[in-house]
Amino acid sequence: MLVVDLFSLFLHPQFINFIINIMNSYETVFILTPVLSDDQAKEAVQKFESEIASFGGKLKHSEKWGLKKLAYPIQKKTTGFYFLLEYEGGGNLINDLEISFKRDERVMRFLTVKMDVNHLAYAEKRRAKMGEKSTRVEA
Amino acid sequence: MSQNDIRYLTPINIDIKKQKYCRFKKSGIKFIDHKDASFLLKLVNEQGKILPRRITGTSAKYQNKVNKAIKRARHLAILPYVGDMLK
Repeated sequence: MLVVDLFSLFLHPQFINFIINIMNSYETVFILTPVLSDDQAKEAVQKFESEIASFGGKLKHSEKWGLKKLAYPIQKKTTGFYFLLEYEGGGNLINDLEISFKRDERVMRFLTVKMDVNHLAYAEKRRAKMGEKSTRVEA
Repeated sequence: MSQNDIRYLTPINIDIKKQKYCRFKKSGIKFIDHKDASFLLKLVNEQGKILPRRITGTSAKYQNKVNKAIKRARHLAILPYVGDMLK
C-alpha cells in the first residue's frame, strides 16, 4: 500500500523556498517637511531607498512630486514635499521600513499600500503616460 | 364630458428618467487611484463629503473602493476632511 504523506509535501524544500521567495509589490507615498532644502530632501529620499535595499527589497520606481499645497495643515505647515516609491519585497520588509519612517523627524505623513494585480496594471499605464508627457514637454 | 382634458390629482410625469449606471463597470476601470485628486473630486461634493451611491449610481463593490481611496487621499492631505467651495 502506497501512503502519500501530504504533510511531508509541504515540508519539501522547494515548496518552502517558493513561499519564502514571494515578492509583494508595495507603494509608499510620503510627505517631507517643506523646511528642508532641495538637497536635504534628496538625501532623505536616498536614505529610504537604501533602507529598502538593506532590508532585502528591490526599488522599482521613485517619483518626486515636489512641493504641493496640503489640503489641511499638518504640524502647522501648509505645504510639503511629496515623494512616491514603488518597490518589491518580502513580508518582513514593511515592518522595518515603517519603523524607520516613524523615527525620522523629517517625514510628516506616509502611506504604504500593497499593490494587487489591478494596481500594478494601473501603475504601468501611468508610468507609460508620464514617460510620454515628459518627452512631449522637452520637444 | 364638458372638459376635454382629464384632471389628475397628481400630474403624470412624462419625462423619461435618465438611467443611472455604474461608471466603473461601464468604462471597465478596475482600480481607483487614491493619489489622483482630479478624479476623486468627481465623487465628492463641494464640502468634500463623499457622495452617496444613490446619487452617483455606482455599484456597491466600487463604492467601497471609492470610499477607501477617498479616505486614503484624505490621510495624505490630497483631499480635505472638511472643505469649502471645492468645485
